[in-house]
Amino acid sequence: MADLAAPIAAPVAARATFASVATALRVRYFGTPLNAVITLVCLYVLYKMLPPILGWAVFDAHWTGTAAQCREARSGACWAFIDEKFWFAVFGLYPYELRWRPATMLSLFSVMVGLSLFRRLWSKQLIYGWLAASVLMFVLMDGTFFGVEIFGTQVPTRLWGGLTVTVFIAVFGLATGYPVAILLALGRRSHMPVVKWFCVAVIECVRGVPLVTIIFMAAIMLPLFLPAGMTIDRLFRIQFAYTIFSAAYLAEVVRGGLQGLGRGQYEAAESLGLNYAQKMRLIVLPQALKMTIPAQVNTFIGLFKDTTLVVIVGIFDFFTTLRAALGDPNWMGFPNEAYVFAALTYFILCFGMSKYSQRLERDLSPETRR
Amino acid sequence: MQTTSPSNVGAPAWWYDRTARALALQAALLFAVVAASVFFFSNVQTNMAARGLTLGFGFLDRAAGIPIGESLIPYTPSNSYARALLAGLLNTLRVAVFGCLLVTLLGVFLGVLRLSENPLLSGLVGAYIEIVRNTPVVLQLVFWLVVFQQLPSVREALNPLPGVYLSQRGLKIPVLEWNDAAAYALVGLALGIAAAVWTMRRARAHQMQTGEYRRVWPICLGYLVLLPLAAAQLTGDRLVLSVPELQGFNFAGGAELSPEFAALLTGLVIYTAAFVAEIVRSGIQSVGKGQWEASRALGLSNGRIMRLVILPQALRVIVPPLTSQYLNLTKNSSLAIVIGYQDLFSVSNTSINQTGQAIEVIFIMMTVYLVLSLLTAAGMNVYNTRVALKER
Repeated sequence: MADLAAPIAAPVAARATFASVATALRVRYFGTPLNAVITLVCLYVLYKMLPPILGWAVFDAHWTGTAAQCREARSGACWAFIDEKFWFAVFGLYPYELRWRPATMLSLFSVMVGLSLFRRLWSKQLIYGWLAASVLMFVLMDGTFFGVEIFGTQVPTRLWGGLTVTVFIAVFGLATGYPVAILLALGRRSHMPVVKWFCVAVIECVRGVPLVTIIFMAAIMLPLFLPAGMTIDRLFRIQFAYTIFSAAYLAEVVRGGLQGLGRGQYEAAESLGLNYAQKMRLIVLPQALKMTIPAQVNTFIGLFKDTTLVVIVGIFDFFTTLRAALGDPNWMGFPNEAYVFAALTYFILCFGMSKYSQRLERDLSPETRR
Repeated sequence: MQTTSPSNVGAPAWWYDRTARALALQAALLFAVVAASVFFFSNVQTNMAARGLTLGFGFLDRAAGIPIGESLIPYTPSNSYARALLAGLLNTLRVAVFGCLLVTLLGVFLGVLRLSENPLLSGLVGAYIEIVRNTPVVLQLVFWLVVFQQLPSVREALNPLPGVYLSQRGLKIPVLEWNDAAAYALVGLALGIAAAVWTMRRARAHQMQTGEYRRVWPICLGYLVLLPLAAAQLTGDRLVLSVPELQGFNFAGGAELSPEFAALLTGLVIYTAAFVAEIVRSGIQSVGKGQWEASRALGLSNGRIMRLVILPQALRVIVPPLTSQYLNLTKNSSLAIVIGYQDLFSVSNTSINQTGQAIEVIFIMMTVYLVLSLLTAAGMNVYNTRVALKER
């Protein structure tokens, strides 16, 4: 409650006496009869909800110990379960002695994300850095690079799992989907009818069907399309589906940016004698992409959450791995803990991204820029 | 393609000509698409032949043997695959239609609450929105299924409203029994709606002509209630409300919503409503403060300001993103498979496992989803042009 009072006190900060704050609070929370009722109802809801939730999650919770101890006390959450299964949820079935590889991969990813948060560091070098990092991430996970063992033995993708797979799918889906999205967006605005209709068909068909059907198609139908004897790894097929999906959604965001750019920019570029590629690369795309960065981040959030859908074809991402951990006979009966933990992890990541996108939106919008 | 001949040395090569280049590029793309299709199609035929299957829709007439727990049409496992898929589609539609209705109501309600001047209320709603929007929908669906499964047994069913029971077996609600009276009442309701619309139009025209405002909503409400009741009286039957009652180990009477359906609907509505609430909030906020002040200066009441001035302008901003939320809800209903509700996707999945006719089933499924999306989008576009800014 104390922190709620802070923004109200702010306008009268010059001479904030106890009386003035109290008046402001009273007007805000009990100004009219209706407002008073609303305040009371809200307080009642909080009173009914918060103590049991906090009691379960914090005060009565067991943070360490065994399943038996948790079950004996059966009062609060058994976080010992998460403590026990945490690294399994991160690495899945990846061979124990090789876990340093996915661990390095996740650290590399975190460093890249950390660097990308600073707008001062946004440059071409950062994009090249991401490209290099994603190749390195792949080599770290797989262990080999075109058959050459670099980090020890190859680990087949069926042993990959946990948070590493979630990150892997998201990073590669976006890294490969992004260029495709730009091509699709440009194609959709092209004057060449065949190119235009091809891009429209791809974008609309992909956006018109659920992601699960596309994943399903990649898992079941794609093998039928390939010549006999040729197989593509299942994870990579899913990766392909996810890439197409993210490309179609990002393409519409990029198209918004292309449409939002004034005609004058196109005409000015042409009058300078730039050809199509130069015009797009040097004039149009930098502005269009920059304009839509907040929308892109929002799309990233949606796509990141959608990585959980791989559950339907039995790929072990973070959520599915946690669910699998529920099947451990020693640790039966703690689904709530697993789901709350998974929800919290996704929430922290997505909420962080969305707060960041809001800040970017503020910083990049022309009205607030001075 | 040799266009540079000795006679016109210095004339640019064909690839410097914009039209020729465009034509060549398009021809190449077309060729690539056709070639890829031919390549894939021939692979498909060899692969299917190797598995002892043939491409075609003949399997649709065969008996499916898929048990579908709840279906809107009479269905038994001995029915054909076509009928099983239809039952699945109807289950999808059931979730989509109810979902879109509920999501609109809940989303608008929450969006307005989010704008409340009471920080406690807007904060609570904001917390709900942020939590729901930033966690994956699959996780939420599984959560709701767990919630519905942890409900008490039938004997100790929760009874939140008279006639409504919540238990492990799902939700039981009272419904009207289907008889002649109910059929007549339905016709009466249609007449009532027509009469109400006509009355409102008359009042509108009257106000346009004279400026005098007629309060007609009580009359309209009267039409909507009395006409169905009167129509039901015309028949020998009576309107019977079938209320669920505990008999032995199960309920008798009423309509049942399975835990899976309830979990799916709850999960999707709660998830999508958070997005709709944000859309409604930003829509209302997009209408300038001056509009409120001007309407107050005209002496309009708060309710009429909202209805006549703010909402029509806010709708322009709200409708396009709202459409994509409806589409998202419909598409997300395919996640039913995660919690075991048999929608189109789930039935298709089983059909593929049983027949191996992956391509045909996926083709049907994707076409249906695509058509559903296009129909929803087209319908909402019609509505959008009606609310869009009329530029003169």
